[in-house]
Amino acid sequence: MSDLTRLTAAELAEKIHTGEVTAAEVTQAHLDRIAAVDGDVHAFLHVDAEGALETARAVDADLAAGRAPVSPLAGVPLALKDVLTTRGVPTTCGSKTLEGWLPPYDATVTRRLREAGVPVLGKTNMDEFAMGSSTENSAYGPTHNPWDLDRIPGGSGGGSSASLAAYEAPLAIGTDTGGSIRQPAAVTATVGVKPTYGGVSRYGLVAFSSSLDQAGPCGRTVLDAALLHEVIAGHDPMDATSIDAPVPALADAAREGARGDLNGVKVGVVRELSGDGYQGGVLRSFDAAVAQLKELGAEVVEVSCPHFGYALSAYYLIAPSECSSNLARFDAMRYGLRVADDGSHSAEEVMSLTREEGFGAEVKRRVMLGTYALSSGYYDAYYGSAQKVRTLITRDFAAAFEQVDVLVSPTTPVTPFKLGEKVDDPLAMYLNDICSIPANLAGNAAMSVPSGLSDEDGLPVGLQIMAPALADDRLYRVGAAYEAARGPVLDKLGELEAAK
Amino acid sequence: MTTTAELMDYAEVVERYDPVLGLEVHVELSTKTKMFCGCPNSFGGDPNTHVCPVCLGMPGALPVVNGTAVESAIRIGLALNCDIAQWCRFARKNYFYPDMPKNFQTSQYDEPIAFDGHLDVVLDDGEVVRVDIERAHMEEDTGKSLHVGGATGRIHGAEHSLLDYNRAGVPLIEIVTKPIAGMGERAPEVARAYVTALRDLLRAMDVSDVRMDQGSLRCDANVSLMAKGANEFGTRTETKNVNSLRSVERAVRYEMTRHAAVLADGGSIKQETRHFQEADGTTAAGRTKETAEDYRYFPEPDLVPIAPTREWVDQLRATIPEMPWQRRKRIQDDWNLTDEELRDLVNTGAVDLVAATVDAGAAQADARSWWVQYLNQAATARETELADLAITPAEVARVIALVGSGELTHKLARQVVDGVLDGEGDPDQVIEARGLKVVSDDSALLAAVDEALAAQPDVADKIRGGKVQAAGAIVGAVMKATKGQADAARVRELILERVGAA
Ligand SMILES: [Zn+2]
Repeated sequence: MSDLTRLTAAELAEKIHTGEVTAAEVTQAHLDRIAAVDGDVHAFLHVDAEGALETARAVDADLAAGRAPVSPLAGVPLALKDVLTTRGVPTTCGSKTLEGWLPPYDATVTRRLREAGVPVLGKTNMDEFAMGSSTENSAYGPTHNPWDLDRIPGGSGGGSSASLAAYEAPLAIGTDTGGSIRQPAAVTATVGVKPTYGGVSRYGLVAFSSSLDQAGPCGRTVLDAALLHEVIAGHDPMDATSIDAPVPALADAAREGARGDLNGVKVGVVRELSGDGYQGGVLRSFDAAVAQLKELGAEVVEVSCPHFGYALSAYYLIAPSECSSNLARFDAMRYGLRVADDGSHSAEEVMSLTREEGFGAEVKRRVMLGTYALSSGYYDAYYGSAQKVRTLITRDFAAAFEQVDVLVSPTTPVTPFKLGEKVDDPLAMYLNDICSIPANLAGNAAMSVPSGLSDEDGLPVGLQIMAPALADDRLYRVGAAYEAARGPVLDKLGELEAAK
Repeated sequence: MTTTAELMDYAEVVERYDPVLGLEVHVELSTKTKMFCGCPNSFGGDPNTHVCPVCLGMPGALPVVNGTAVESAIRIGLALNCDIAQWCRFARKNYFYPDMPKNFQTSQYDEPIAFDGHLDVVLDDGEVVRVDIERAHMEEDTGKSLHVGGATGRIHGAEHSLLDYNRAGVPLIEIVTKPIAGMGERAPEVARAYVTALRDLLRAMDVSDVRMDQGSLRCDANVSLMAKGANEFGTRTETKNVNSLRSVERAVRYEMTRHAAVLADGGSIKQETRHFQEADGTTAAGRTKETAEDYRYFPEPDLVPIAPTREWVDQLRATIPEMPWQRRKRIQDDWNLTDEELRDLVNTGAVDLVAATVDAGAAQADARSWWVQYLNQAATARETELADLAITPAEVARVIALVGSGELTHKLARQVVDGVLDGEGDPDQVIEARGLKVVSDDSALLAAVDEALAAQPDVADKIRGGKVQAAGAIVGAVMKATKGQADAARVRELILERVGAA
């Protein structure tokens, strides 16, 4: 039965819903796969075998009773990033601060997955509080890239993407604040989508940077991501920033795109997202992808987004500022870690010592950066200026989308680097997100889809597709068309494994 | 700990200095639910029972603005003659304190929902003073800490602290005045009159319980002095823990006399927070911090801006009730009151209570008499405000009705009211429990007494005029009418009571 783990979510759903296999068998196959490979990959921080099987059995019982599946993905298991709360199931955010915490409530995304009959296999590894691009900032040790276990799986959602590439799960949920879904997708040759800001509820998503955070779907195919996106998307009254508008037909867009006709679609190549600092193999893969889009009938033009060059700087003021406030609640008073509560320390000292012990270096760095940027006398120069840049970048996008339907760029400037290579150089690490950050600042939708392997190191490269806010369906149409024309990339990993 | 401060004689203070006041009033709205979550907004409750992931600041939880609270905020702004912002946001005020679950307070900073208004305040002698309003903004309340052990009852030096988050997230409106200057010796009175007027207004609007004793209306009084002829304001102190209208006046007056003594002695006032001490009417310095707090305000990213439409604001404007002082003027005309009678009503804080009692069916003269006299004395004896007495206008109206129908005498009625004030139940329950009702025989007798009095109005007037012996004629008439079966002594008592001579 182990070949069940090689199927796409859409294929698994069909087999389960037609009674060819049970959801419990599918879930068990993935739990077995996790048991077999996760010692090497370390995609999971917590595996909830019982919970997943219980959901699967409930789906099976429903189907056996002749009822229609509760959702197109009913019975198809999933890996959930450990930044989304799960009632009664550990949620650590990759931090020691929350070790052992059992949330008393489900995130809206978690609840929608449960209601859709999606078994949650477990919680995936991540950079602490989603701050990082390699999972090396996890307090529980890094995740390893299935393409090369010595290399990073991307971050912060490295666990979710690695679980897909290692065939431990057919679907995963990530969150993307500056690229944390798309960059891991790119470096593992999987698909990841950052929906329009407000498209998926943030309720129960432990906040890093509230105005940028967005949960989204991860899969091995564009259609799988679309099916999952439809399950988790939609208005949530518990999230004031959630958009109260219908979700476009995403799976239909993916199926339409897979027919391979992009006639009438205008694609813009962002001039500013290439050049110095981009690996040769990444740029060649990107050029090939653009040529492929033309072959599919798309009209390709170059567009300029002059303020994208300031995106990284603006991001590293806005995100730390918000994080310095969001993470203030971890004070040892109501939940989570508490140290030095021995009667000899004041409440203030317990707070301070707990935060000293509970947070890792990168989190502390960003809390300090943000505290400084918001300080009286510095606010206008830092936070205020960053917000102005944000407005300019949003205008760049708006102007570009006057001319074209989607924008494309490489997802990351380089292929996955070695674990440990950049841990002591935060600025080099931050550059990983240079292509992905503009979409977070503007709040529009973006996807990373595999564009092959770099010709110089044989490692995965991602094509980023960006669409206007609320036009997430364009990502799926263009992404699916490209995917169908290009052919599968992840299969090469199977060939590599077999050759070993 | 406390050292007795030097104080200057008040007459000298106002001769040498001009006081400048700034009043910050926090009002807890009486919405059904909290500001940003669905938890009940109610006073009391077992600790930590009105809580949820949102108001406990659980990881991942998000706020959603309570629409009714925004509506109340706009209505309050309109009633205070403020401009209403066409677009405004919440901000985060960042500081660490254990009773604040998120370690930031969601508040409004530089974009208040209402700004630039005024409130006309009527002083005891009828003079009207206009107090300018700087802003009214929305925010959330904190939880409550109980510090156990240690000398001060504050967190510093406590052995341990208990936290109750029931109040965390309760909607607050903070109303801030512009500097109130030029009031001279009347400054403390103006402060009290302002808070009183604000309380009456908010109560008339039914947006808050406005109970100072329960903290649903809290006043922080900023006081500074400037020497006569000076152009710049002096350094101010902010006095908190002012829990009654009387305390507002006392606190301002105390700070004026304390500041003056310090300044006259060549000293300088330290800008600090002080706590009013109800027991002796003094203020004491709070714990001083070495560094100024930097709240690192920034717009709350979890909430979307509030942009009230013109139509909505106009609709809300139509719901603003008549201003309490305008209503008083109207009542004076309607009830034909002299200025003195109106002043008694106003000074005792009885206007709304009398009106409500009239609405409940009582004659205005009876209602006025009860509230201004007997109940006002009761409030003084119980050291509380008239409005905070444990009796409702409807209950007073019931007592008046019972007197009118002869089921209670005035004397018994007072005992019934005492019982209600003591929490023994409503008037009928008190009558039942204390066995206070006029014996049933009396009601038959009373009819005969009333008939006899009506038949001989000249005699009745004589008795009323003090000729008690004239009652004999009426007693005789009643005895005749009841065929001698009545108790003559009781009949005599009833006659005297009936004409008000008892
Ligand atoms: Zn709550």
